Amino acid sequence: MADLVNLTINGRAIQTPAGTLVIDAAKKAGIEIPAFCYYEGYSLQAACRMCLVEVEKMPKLQAACTLPAGEGMVVRTESEPVVKTRKSMLEFLLANHPLDCPVCDKGGECELQDMSFRYGVGESRFTEMKHHVDEKQWSPVVFYDGPRCILCYRCVRVCNEGMGVSALGVINRGEQSLITPNFEDHLECDECGMCIDICPVGALTSGTYRYRTRPWEMKHTGTICAFCSDGCKTTLGTRGHEIIRGNNRDRSGINGEFLCMKGRYAFDFIEHPERLTSPLMKVNGKLEPVSWAKALEAVARKFTEVKTRGGRFGIAASTKTTNEENYYLQKFARQGLGTNNIDHHRSGDVVALIDALNGRADALATMQDVYTMTASLVIASDLAQEHPLIAFQLRANNRHHQSNTYTVTKGPVREDKYAAASIRCEEGGELEAVAGLREQLSKEKELLVIFGGAIKGEAVGKLVAFGDSLGIPVKYICLVDYSNSRGAMDMGLLPDLGPGYEPVDQPGMTLPGMMAASDLDVLWVVGSNPLARYELASPGAFVVVQEMFLTETAARADIVLPASAAYEKAGTLTNVTGECQKLHAAGRTMGAKPDLEILGLIAREMGLNLGIWSSSNVFEEIRKSVRGYNIPLPIIATGQAAQTNPVKGGVPLRPRPDLIQPAGNTLFTSGSLGRYSKKLTSVIEYPGQLYRP
Amino acid sequence: MTFSPELEAKLEKLMNSYPPGRKKSALIPMLMFTQDEVGSITQELVEEVARRIGIPTVQVDEVVTYYSMLHRKPMGKHHIQVCTNISCLLWNGDELYEHAREKLGIGHKEVTADGMFSLEEVECMGACSWAPAIQVNYDFHHHVTKEKLDQIIDSLRKLR
Amino acid sequence: MLFNDPSPLEVKILTRRLGLPNSASIETNLANGGYKSFEKALEMTQDQIIQEVKDSNLRGRGGAGFPTGMKWGFVPRQSPKPKYIVVNADESEPGTCKDRVLIENDPHLLIEGCLIAAQAVGAKAGYIYVRGEYRYLIGILDKAIGEAYARGYLGKNILGRGVDFDLYTHTGAGAYECGEESALLESLEGKRGQPRIRPPFPAVAGLYQCPTVLNNVETYCAVPSIIEMGGKAWAALGIPKAGGTKLTCLTGHVNRTGVYELPLGFPVEKMINEVGGGIRGGKKMKAFIPGGSSCPVLTGEEAWPLTMDYDSMAKAGTMLGSGGVIIMDEDTDMVKAALRIMHFYAHESCGWCIPCREGTAWLKKLLTRLNEGVGTAKDVDLVGDLADNMLGKTFCPLGDAAALPTASIVRKFRHEFEAKLARAQAAVPGMANNPFAIV
Repeated sequence: MADLVNLTINGRAIQTPAGTLVIDAAKKAGIEIPAFCYYEGYSLQAACRMCLVEVEKMPKLQAACTLPAGEGMVVRTESEPVVKTRKSMLEFLLANHPLDCPVCDKGGECELQDMSFRYGVGESRFTEMKHHVDEKQWSPVVFYDGPRCILCYRCVRVCNEGMGVSALGVINRGEQSLITPNFEDHLECDECGMCIDICPVGALTSGTYRYRTRPWEMKHTGTICAFCSDGCKTTLGTRGHEIIRGNNRDRSGINGEFLCMKGRYAFDFIEHPERLTSPLMKVNGKLEPVSWAKALEAVARKFTEVKTRGGRFGIAASTKTTNEENYYLQKFARQGLGTNNIDHHRSGDVVALIDALNGRADALATMQDVYTMTASLVIASDLAQEHPLIAFQLRANNRHHQSNTYTVTKGPVREDKYAAASIRCEEGGELEAVAGLREQLSKEKELLVIFGGAIKGEAVGKLVAFGDSLGIPVKYICLVDYSNSRGAMDMGLLPDLGPGYEPVDQPGMTLPGMMAASDLDVLWVVGSNPLARYELASPGAFVVVQEMFLTETAARADIVLPASAAYEKAGTLTNVTGECQKLHAAGRTMGAKPDLEILGLIAREMGLNLGIWSSSNVFEEIRKSVRGYNIPLPIIATGQAAQTNPVKGGVPLRPRPDLIQPAGNTLFTSGSLGRYSKKLTSVIEYPGQLYRP
Repeated sequence: MTFSPELEAKLEKLMNSYPPGRKKSALIPMLMFTQDEVGSITQELVEEVARRIGIPTVQVDEVVTYYSMLHRKPMGKHHIQVCTNISCLLWNGDELYEHAREKLGIGHKEVTADGMFSLEEVECMGACSWAPAIQVNYDFHHHVTKEKLDQIIDSLRKLR
Repeated sequence: MLFNDPSPLEVKILTRRLGLPNSASIETNLANGGYKSFEKALEMTQDQIIQEVKDSNLRGRGGAGFPTGMKWGFVPRQSPKPKYIVVNADESEPGTCKDRVLIENDPHLLIEGCLIAAQAVGAKAGYIYVRGEYRYLIGILDKAIGEAYARGYLGKNILGRGVDFDLYTHTGAGAYECGEESALLESLEGKRGQPRIRPPFPAVAGLYQCPTVLNNVETYCAVPSIIEMGGKAWAALGIPKAGGTKLTCLTGHVNRTGVYELPLGFPVEKMINEVGGGIRGGKKMKAFIPGGSSCPVLTGEEAWPLTMDYDSMAKAGTMLGSGGVIIMDEDTDMVKAALRIMHFYAHESCGWCIPCREGTAWLKKLLTRLNEGVGTAKDVDLVGDLADNMLGKTFCPLGDAAALPTASIVRKFRHEFEAKLARAQAAVPGMANNPFAIV
C-alpha cells in the first residue's frame, strides 16, 4: 500500500495515496475539476488550463492535472479567481471556435458545450475574424474540421500511446496549429476511430455517423461486439430500428476507452441489402421465399422423419451465436435428435489447454491480467490485427507498469516496438524459440502466455510443461477467433464433449467428418459457413441453414431460415478470456428471428420438450449445469463482465490438432460476416497501407 | 537522394554528434543544412530525412512546419529578411521593409519572378543595438538605411 | 569584430579580450589568460567550484535570473545516467544581442565556461544550441572547438588529467520559444520546440531525461572570471544580492546604441546619458524596457531614478530580464509599439496552451484594429482584460511575456489609445453624432 497523504479540497479532508494527481483525488471525492486535455491513462499535457486551481502557499494557480497531492495541501476548486480563470479559458477557446453547434455532430454531447453551459459567460467579446480552414476527409471513416479543434492533443496521444500507431501529429504553431494525418492529406492507420471518440469537441467526426442525426434522437444500447473474441463493449445508437453509430465514449466495458474498426463501424452488416428477411425453400432447384410456418413445418417434418428412421444428422454450429443458443442447440442435438454429430469451426485448442492445466483454475488468465501481469509472452499471433483489445491492454501495461513483453511470431508484430525480445520463427518452430528465452523468462516475477492457434494438440501440453519448469507463476490465454468461439467450446458444441467439457459416451462426427461423410441425411447449419472451406460429400443431404445472408452454405440449402444478428437479440457471449457478458438488442430486422427462437420453434413443431426458449431461462439452466458458469446474476444484469472458469481435471481425449484452424482475420476482415460490412470492405479497398505493425 | 560530398561529410559528422539511439536529435540541423543546398524542404527531402533518421514522415512534417526558417517552398537566391521588431521599429525598420517591398515588387515570403530575391518580414534577429538590421541569407547588415538597402540589392543583382 | 565603440564607463570582465586582434583565435585567447581558469578548476573539487559560483551571486543572464550556483547544485552528484552541459545560445528576446557579441569575439571564453561547468557536475558532453539566424556563429564556434580539441582542451583525457569532455554545436531553425529551457531541450531532441511540464527541472531530467546544466551564453562566460577572481571578489563588482557585471544592450532612441558591460546596480540615468550619449535628438524619454520586450514597460519618469539590477527593477514593477534595454522617446507611438510587440508573441506562440495560443492571436487582431483607430473605449479595456486573463495562467512564461508589456502599456499609455480612436473617428464625417461612437 502506497503512503497516504492528507489534503483538503474545498474544505473537505481527503486522504489519497501519495503521488495521486489533485484532479484524480478530487474526482474520487466527488469534486469535478473540469479539463479538456487531461485524459486518465495518457501522458500529461497541462495545455487547456481549465483545471487551474488555487493552492494555498503557491503563488500562482496550479494545474490540477499535473500537481501531485501533497501532505497538508489546501486546494480550492471553486474560488473566485479559479472560476474567473475558467471563464476566461472558455472565452479564449470560443474565440476561434465556430459556433456551428446546431449542425455539429458533437452537439448535445460536446464537452466544450457542457463546460460553456456550466462555467462560460453569456456574452462574447470576440468581434474579430475567426481563423478558418476547410474541413478535410482523412479516410473513409475519419474527417477533421480544423476550426473546431481545441488542440487538446487527446487524439494524438491516444494514437501514439494507446494504439502504438502514431498516425497523427501537429503541424504549424500558435493559432495556426492543426492536427495532421501521417500521409499529408490522408491517414494510413488502423482506422480504429479512437481519435473520434476521445475528441472532446466535433473536430474529428466519423464517416458513418456525421450529419446523420442528433445524439438525443438516438436510443443508446450497450452491447458486445459481434466480431472477434475479445468481447469489447460497444454502445450502439439507434434511431427507429436503424443502428446509426457505434462508440465507446463511456468507457464502461472491459475495453475501457478502446474500440477497433469492427466494433465501431462494422455494425452496418445488419442493413446489408443481401440480408435475408424471409425463410427460403428450394422449389424446383431454386430457393423461393415462403412463410415461417411453412418453412418450420418442412424442417420439423424432415427432422422427425430422419430421426424416426435412424438416419444421420450432422450439425455445424456457430462461433457467433449466444451461449444460450449454443447450449440449446447441443441439447436439441443430443436429447432431441439423439446425436453427438455436432461441431463448430475451432480456431484455438482450448480443450488441450483445459486438459494441460489439469484443475489449476487460477492459471487461466483474465483480460485484467493482460493489463497487470509483469511479463507477457506472445506466441504465434499478430495481436494488433487479430486481438486488438489484448494488444491494447498489453501496450497500456507496458506504458503504465513498464511490463516486459516477449514475442515469438512468424512476421514482425506491433509488440516488437516495446518488446524485451522478439523472435521470428516458422510455424512449428515456436516451442524451440520459446525454449531459447528460458533464461530471460525465468528471471521474471510472473508470466502471461498468450498463444495462437498454431500451438495445438500436444504442443499445448509441452508449452504448459515449459511454463511449469520456469518456477514462476504462469497464466495462459488460448486465442480463439470469433465473438463466441470460447462459448461454443464451453457449451459443448463438440462431438466428444458436452457442456463444461464433460466427455460423452459415444463421440459423434467432427465437422470435417460430417462434410466428408457420404451418407449424411441432414446437414443442419446454424450461423456458420462450412461450405466456404469444405465440400459437402453427401449428395442427398437435406441442408437446413440458419443465416443472415445467402452464404455459400445457405445457397446450397434446402431450407434457409433468416436469423437475427447479435445486435438484434439478447443472450450472453463468453470472450477469449472467459468473461461472460450480456447482449442487448439495439436494432431489429423484420422477418428475421433469433436463432434461439428458431430452435425453439422447430422443437415445438417436432413436439420435443427441450425447455422454454427464452434466453434468461436457458441462461439459468447454464448457470446450474455448466461447469464454471455459476456466475453472479447482478454482474451480468448490470452489463458487466462475469468471469467464467471451466477448468477441471484432465480431459481424457486423443488430441486432434488437425481440427484447429485459425481464421487468420485481420483488423479489417472477419470470416464470412466481414464481407457484409460495407465499411470494412471500403477500408480494405482504400488505397495505401493501412495497418502497420 | 544524394547531396554534395561536402554536405554528406557534414551530415555524417552531425549524426555522430549525438549519443547512440538519439539520432532524432540531428533532425533540425539536418533539415537546415540540406535546405541550404536543396533550396527548400521538398517532399522528397522530407522522406529522405525521415529515412536517414528512422522516423515517420509525420514527425518531420511536425518539425518543418514549426520552425520559421524551414520553408516548404523555395525562397529566392538572396533571401532578404528585414527585421521590424521593436528595436528595429524604433529606427524605422517598418519603413525599410516597405521600401524593400517597393524596390523588389514583392511582398512577405514572396519571390521575384527571376528567382533572384525573396523578401520576409522577420522577428528579432539579434542585431538590436545596430538597428535597423537585415539579413541576406545568413549575412547580417547593420544600421541599414534605404540607400544602403538599395546598394545591397543592386550589388547582389550584379552578382547574378 | 566589434559592432560599437566601447565606453570608458564599462567594467570589462567578460569582454576584456574583445577588440584584441584576432580575438576569436585560440592563440589570442591563450596569450591573454584563456583557459587558465579551467586549469585552476581542474585542481578544485566539484563542491569548491559550485561554492565559488554560489559566492559570486551570479544569476542566470538569459532573463529569468535564477541563481546559477544553486542550479548547478541541483544536479545529482551520483547518477547512473550521463550528465550534459547545454548552452542556450538561442538569443531571441527582442532587444537582446549580447551573446552574439561574446561568441563572435571570444568563443573560447564560452568553451572554457562549459569546461568548468562540466567539471563542476561531472558532465562528459555538451551542446551549444545556437539560434538558426546565427548560422555564422556556428562556423566561428566549430573553428574554435576544433582548435580546443587540437590543443587538448576538449576530447579524451583533457590536458592529460583523465578528464573527458566533448562539445558540439547544434543549430535551431527559427523559434523564439526554444529560448525557454525545456523547449530548447525538446528542440535539441529533434522535436517541436514546445515546453515540457516542470518539475522535473533539467538539472534532474533534462536532455534525454538525463541531469543537465542549462545556462545562457553570458552565464557560462562569467564563470571563468569567477574562478579566476574568486566568487566573492566577482560578486563585489556588482551590488549585494546581484554579483558581477552584465552585458547590456542599449537599443532604441539613444545616441550610442551598443552592447556594454556594466556592473550590476549601474544607474539608469548614467547608463542612458553617459554610456549611451543621451536620448536621440535631445528628446524626452517616454518609455523604458529594462531587459527585452517581455518586461513590463516603465514610463521615462519611473525609469530615470532606478539602477540596473534585479531588486531595483522588481520594486518598480518590472524585471532586469536579458539586458536588452529598449528606450523610446517622446515621439514614439505606443499603440504601434504594443501592436508590434504582440505581433511578435502571436508569431512565436507555440500553440501548446489555450490562453497563450488564443490570447496572443486575439490581442494581435484587436491591437491591429485599434492601431488603425477602429474601436471603442471598451476595446481598450478588453486589451488589458485579455492580458490579465493570460497572466500567470499559461503553460510556460511566453504567455506572461506577451501579457506583461501589453498590460503595462495599456495601463500607462491608455490616453494614446483613446486619442488614436478619437482622431480616426473625427476624420469620419458624421461620426460625432454617431450613437455607436463611444470615445
